[in-house]
Amino acid sequence: MQSLTINNKKVTAEEGMTILEAAKKNNIFIPHFCFLEGIHQVGSCRICVVEIEGVKALQPSCSTRVKEGMVVHSNTERVKKARRVLYELMLSDHPKDCLICKRNQTCEFQKLGELLGIEEYRFEGEQSKTYVDDSSPSIIRDTSKCILCRRCVTVCNEIQGVGVLNVQGRSFKTVIGPAHQLPLNSVNCTYCGQCTVVCPVGALQERDSTHTVWQALFDKSKRVIIQTAPAIRAALGEEFGYEPGTLVTGKMVTALRDIGFDEVFDTNFAADLTILEEGNELLKRLADAFAGKPAVLPMVTSCSPGWIKYVEHTFPEELDHISTCKSPHMMLGALIKSYYAKKIKVDPKDIFVVSVMPCTAKKFEITRPEMKNGGYPNVDAVLTTRELARMIKDAGIQFKTLEDSRFDSPLGLSTGAADIFAATGGVMEAALRTVYEVVTGRELPFGGLHVTPIIGLEQIKTAEITITDPVEAYKFLDGVTVKIAVTSGLMGAKQLMDEVSSGNSPYHFIEVMGCPGGCISGGGQPRPTNNEIRQKRLLAIYSEDDHKQLRKSHENPFVIKLYEDFLGEPLGHKSHELLHTHYTKRNHLVDFQECAETIGIR
Amino acid sequence: MSTMVKPCKCATETKEELYYKISEIIEDYRGKEGSLIPILHIAQGIYGYLTPELLQFIAEKLDMPFSKVYGVATFYSYFTITPRGEYTIRVCLGTSCYLQGGKKVLAQLKKQLGIEIGQTTPDGKYTLEVVRCIGECGIAPNISINNTSFTQVDPDKIGEILESLS
Amino acid sequence: MTKGMRIRNLQELENVRKQYDEKQKKYQYRVAVCSGTGCISSKCEDVRDALLEAIDKNGLAEKVFVSCTGCIGLCSLGPLMAVYPEGVLYTELTPELIPEIVKSHLVNGEIKTENTYFDVKKKEHVPHINDIDFFKDQVRISLRNCGYIDCTSLEEYIARDGYQAFARALLEMKPAEVVREVKSSGLRGRGGAGFPTGVKWESTLNTPGKEKYIICNADEGIPGSYMDKALLEGDPHTIIEGMLIGAYAVGATSGYAYIRAEYPLAVERLDIAINQARKAGLLGVNILGSRFDFDIEIRTGAGAFICGEETAMLQSIEGLRGEPRQKPPLPTESGLFGKPTVINNVETLASIPPILLNGPAWYSAFGTEDTKGTKIFSLSGNMVNNGLIEVPMGVTLRKILEEISGGMKDNKTFKAAQTGGPSGGCITSEFLDTPLDFSSMQKIGTIMGSGDFVVMDEDTCMIDMVKYFMEFVQEESCGRCTSCRIGTKRMLEIIERITLGEGKEGDVELLEELGYTIQETSACGLGQTAPNSVLSTIRYFRDEYNEHIRNKHCRGGICTDLAQVSRAGKTEGQPCKVLQLTTRR
Ligand SMILES: Cc1cc2nc3c(=O)[nH]c(=O)nc-3n(C[C@H](O)[C@H](O)[C@H](O)COP(=O)(O)O)c2cc1C
Ligand code: SF4
Ligand code: SF4
Ligand code: SF4
Ligand code: SF4
Ligand code: SF4
Ligand code: SF4
Ligand code: SF4
Ligand code: SF4
Ligand code: FES
Ligand code: FES
Ligand code: FES
Ligand code: FES
Repeated sequence: MQSLTINNKKVTAEEGMTILEAAKKNNIFIPHFCFLEGIHQVGSCRICVVEIEGVKALQPSCSTRVKEGMVVHSNTERVKKARRVLYELMLSDHPKDCLICKRNQTCEFQKLGELLGIEEYRFEGEQSKTYVDDSSPSIIRDTSKCILCRRCVTVCNEIQGVGVLNVQGRSFKTVIGPAHQLPLNSVNCTYCGQCTVVCPVGALQERDSTHTVWQALFDKSKRVIIQTAPAIRAALGEEFGYEPGTLVTGKMVTALRDIGFDEVFDTNFAADLTILEEGNELLKRLADAFAGKPAVLPMVTSCSPGWIKYVEHTFPEELDHISTCKSPHMMLGALIKSYYAKKIKVDPKDIFVVSVMPCTAKKFEITRPEMKNGGYPNVDAVLTTRELARMIKDAGIQFKTLEDSRFDSPLGLSTGAADIFAATGGVMEAALRTVYEVVTGRELPFGGLHVTPIIGLEQIKTAEITITDPVEAYKFLDGVTVKIAVTSGLMGAKQLMDEVSSGNSPYHFIEVMGCPGGCISGGGQPRPTNNEIRQKRLLAIYSEDDHKQLRKSHENPFVIKLYEDFLGEPLGHKSHELLHTHYTKRNHLVDFQECAETIGIR
Repeated sequence: MSTMVKPCKCATETKEELYYKISEIIEDYRGKEGSLIPILHIAQGIYGYLTPELLQFIAEKLDMPFSKVYGVATFYSYFTITPRGEYTIRVCLGTSCYLQGGKKVLAQLKKQLGIEIGQTTPDGKYTLEVVRCIGECGIAPNISINNTSFTQVDPDKIGEILESLS
Repeated sequence: MTKGMRIRNLQELENVRKQYDEKQKKYQYRVAVCSGTGCISSKCEDVRDALLEAIDKNGLAEKVFVSCTGCIGLCSLGPLMAVYPEGVLYTELTPELIPEIVKSHLVNGEIKTENTYFDVKKKEHVPHINDIDFFKDQVRISLRNCGYIDCTSLEEYIARDGYQAFARALLEMKPAEVVREVKSSGLRGRGGAGFPTGVKWESTLNTPGKEKYIICNADEGIPGSYMDKALLEGDPHTIIEGMLIGAYAVGATSGYAYIRAEYPLAVERLDIAINQARKAGLLGVNILGSRFDFDIEIRTGAGAFICGEETAMLQSIEGLRGEPRQKPPLPTESGLFGKPTVINNVETLASIPPILLNGPAWYSAFGTEDTKGTKIFSLSGNMVNNGLIEVPMGVTLRKILEEISGGMKDNKTFKAAQTGGPSGGCITSEFLDTPLDFSSMQKIGTIMGSGDFVVMDEDTCMIDMVKYFMEFVQEESCGRCTSCRIGTKRMLEIIERITLGEGKEGDVELLEELGYTIQETSACGLGQTAPNSVLSTIRYFRDEYNEHIRNKHCRGGICTDLAQVSRAGKTEGQPCKVLQLTTRR
């Protein structure tokens, strides 16, 4: 413990803490901007500077460590003047487009300006960067709004391990972006959107789909069906002022009805379905392997399109390891336009499926050519949690006042196993609940059905389950220890895949989620997202599961009925056609030749 | 004008073949920390300039993100992503040279070559750049051409210097 | 010394010197032909060839020894040649002049006065170096060999006590003793900040670690400085010896010499010297039989001034963008690859061998209370004699300007001198009697910098110079901090406006406000000093600002030339064509 003085207040702080942390701990607010707790600290904005007695220049509080006896001032004339000028400088290289900017009212830069009471433009001059990259279906980069805080660089490189965004050039011409200012769609961006979560301004954002969805809603000839992912219910509330981790499932459904969607389904239904398909796929691979037939193991989950795009770029030779299951919302979309369309006797061409997802990568996923059946895309539009919140507000709905209501039948019922899809480790646990029972005839032998070692925010989590006394059909698994690994965020995925590609992976089954923590902190989730908030959303998700009557996917009565009425059996012909897919080898490298040819330049 | 495009060698050569020299050098540096900048120097020495493709190749070999390598290359003004001419003329605009007529030398060169800073003459002969001091400040103004310095340059005598090159 | 011979101990080092002295005895004359880049550009190679030819023709090969030396110091009068033992300096030579000089001086022993140094003020030739104003008050400690020995010969270096100091340190002293000597010499780093070298070494020595590094900062980025270049080109072994001593003192096992790419000859000469030292066993393993291992790798910069800043240099050596690191931790605690690292400037390192050889007391007898020893200054601008000089700290600017250099060129009036480079400050005539040392310079609002000294005469427009200075710091900003990246740009824009006659009332105040903020909030020395040129000219030449702003008048007549000299900056290459189509405005 060290004692110091901040703004004439005697405070204590742990050794190694920064001044900013020490101040925060003692309820003193020092304005800061580029700093992002626990994630990012490069000291680029300089807004957090403070005066330290005995030190000549002002020092950035976000990156200066406390010292015994330090005397710090954050509110002197000198500091305030400097802070203002710094803000004005950033402002001088920034478009004043608030009224037509998606970040209006949610922009950290705007908030800071309000706080500092900036009232004039004194330093207008040349603008350093001016282009918009709207090449990607998921992410729009407007460089003119970038204030070079470099948060996205840290996230993309150090947390996701992708490294699409980096600092380019120098001096006033410094920009953040891919090499050669290449468009995002020509490089190996995974579209995970983690960069959009941390960007304080409107420089990195999801591609807007609200207009498309409104348009569909206005179109009388369209039946507009919406589904919501497991992760939305635990986060959407934050956009309306609820504490992180508040479940708002019922209000969300009501809001969607109020907006005018014809049916409100739950992606969770398809999550249960996924477990049946994926679980059986795993069992088949295991059976083949033990029968000496060619089988590709470990099998890796496929419900995270950010992860899928990553693996296609980075490990194109290992795609056989990926489960062929489509992600749950794609499955549901495919069913809506086939099974359900038939049921309600509507031509699939008149159905417009919207998915509310925690995810920016899913905006790309729906454009993949393989995500079509009968000539129709499985899903027509993806809204992120943030976009849905905007639509609700736009529709004039007072979210907090809404009554609860339930999803529509039959594609709205789900088990607890589906809920936990939203969190890292959830898909694995859900699959184990079913697979174990299928193999042994007994319930998964863990307290509350939870596979504790794979729950939580650590990067890589592993577990082993030894199978004893299986049912007749799975006798070959008797005494076998099944090894599993779970990771979230692409840094860990690379580690696990390196083992796979070198043939040294000890695992049978691996779950990968593209975003750290899984979908609860996906690229389309409310800002901010940090570990504390992740933890709260995670708890909400698990409590939803704990309170469900049905907690195992194979017990979902509508799923059972769906197999009886329509699909036949898991991995059957219909499933194969509607619920499974294949993957595309993508270049890790930019193909300049091809690029040049497409647009006819050299 | 013919619309026929000459078959491009790059299209038939694999990247490995095209960049075999630099691959060998990268191999030599393998396991040595912090070798990116020396490698970029050598690559520019071999190929004349660093195309995005070449940078991407180097990035891949070093197992680094392309954008990071590109970010390094664009940080340093000695690395160039566009082709240079046979002669790179660097006009010194360091303090002494600026003070003693470097601007006039630059203006004259621009006029004579018909290009701006950073550009190369259409015949591929000269590239014009600015340098901030080559350490001959006592005898300013100076220019350097392919690493040879010419001191106390008289703007009117630039023609002679250019002629003396070939 | 025979090729491939190794020096394995002190005795063998002594032998090399003895044998070499023996070999040299027969020569009656030593002719040092300057081969610094300055003289090379004035074609000293042709002069050298003519000299060798004439020596041959006159059968003097056994009588005259020719050494190709580093910069003698008076590059503006190059090519130069000095004839010893008399120490006669011939200037502005051409190959055609050589046969006559050889005949007269080397054959007949008569100085050919009309080709020797000409003093423009006294209007007479001054043949002897020791009589020339430019040289006579110099005290050459770092430059002791420059302009005398052959810069590519290890034996010549050894013959001038080379590697003696290192051998003594290595074989007779403990690292802590070496540190103590350097500390008590009072040597302060010559890279700009003036940090006591011994203290820096001490803290590196005291930081535990199996691996440590020593780095020679040869990035010499300040325009107007060329002392480090002269040392590297003219006496590269001194740098190696300085690094060896430093490495031994702090416990480093490898070293880097980071040289800017603009100095190809310096790179070449140091490389030659390193190879010689390696072959001789002075670098490598088990040096002088002492179990001390050390080697040096050269890294060339790539055109980024900021890489002279020590933590940016670390980043650059690690293969990254040269963006300075947050300090603390200091490099001495956690430097290159996270290991304790000592970084010293070229001139600092060149001072080390003489200090150890002659003792700290000898060294600290030179200079002032504040700054001991001598300093190399590189003179340029509108003076009579530009060039390199080494003088004891404490001489006045006036002495340098009026006595050593010989005053203003073309009898113009002195207006100001810039020191410390584009982010240093200017000195006006009222301060010419300030004795030069670190604190006195600071007191008058400028900095020592690297010892660059650019003199401007009455015709200079200060606003135009300031525009250039801001352009420089703007381009060289690494681009991280808001203050430095955008702030310097906005200052430059305001100044550009002023030089274009578009200045407004209030601009000066705006410049000041920006300037103070940039100084106070930037992360590294570049940003912290970037506005200095503006702030110091506002202090001393406010009238000129006002004339430009209010009267649209430029005294120097410079700003009528509205042609923009703005460098295209870092060419980013053409960005992707697809993107250009989606450009915002
Ligand atoms: C922007 C900037 C540029 C610098 N450039 C150089 C340089 O070119 N050469 C140098 O020796 N020191 C330079 N320095 C100083 C170094 O950071 C460092 O203090 C010095 O190398 C230490 O060596 P010394 O103790 O021997 O002086 C620079 C500092 C800054 C802030
Ligand atoms: S990013 Fe923020 S400050 Fe900039 S235009 Fe958008 S809302 Fe306004
Ligand atoms: S806040 Fe001010 S600038 Fe923005 S819309 Fe309202 S009146 Fe206009
Ligand atoms: S979407 Fe993901 S991979 Fe793409 S730039 Fe952003 S963080 Fe990097
Ligand atoms: S894009 Fe956003 S997160 Fe990235 S540096 Fe710019 S402002 Fe920061
Ligand atoms: S983890 Fe979830 S939010 Fe992130 S990319 Fe995967 S599916 Fe999308
Ligand atoms: S230079 Fe390369 S790209 Fe151009 S034509 Fe020749 S081989 Fe093809
Ligand atoms: S002050 Fe300037 S050069 Fe130094 S770190 Fe900041 S931006 Fe870079
Ligand atoms: S080839 Fe096309 S996509 Fe690639 S960089 Fe050039 S213009 Fe952009
Ligand atoms: S928050 Fe500290 S520098 Fe940006
Ligand atoms: S929320 Fe559906 S897979 Fe993540
Ligand atoms: S300023 Fe031009 S060589 Fe130094
Ligand atoms: S280079 Fe010859 S005197 Fe300086």
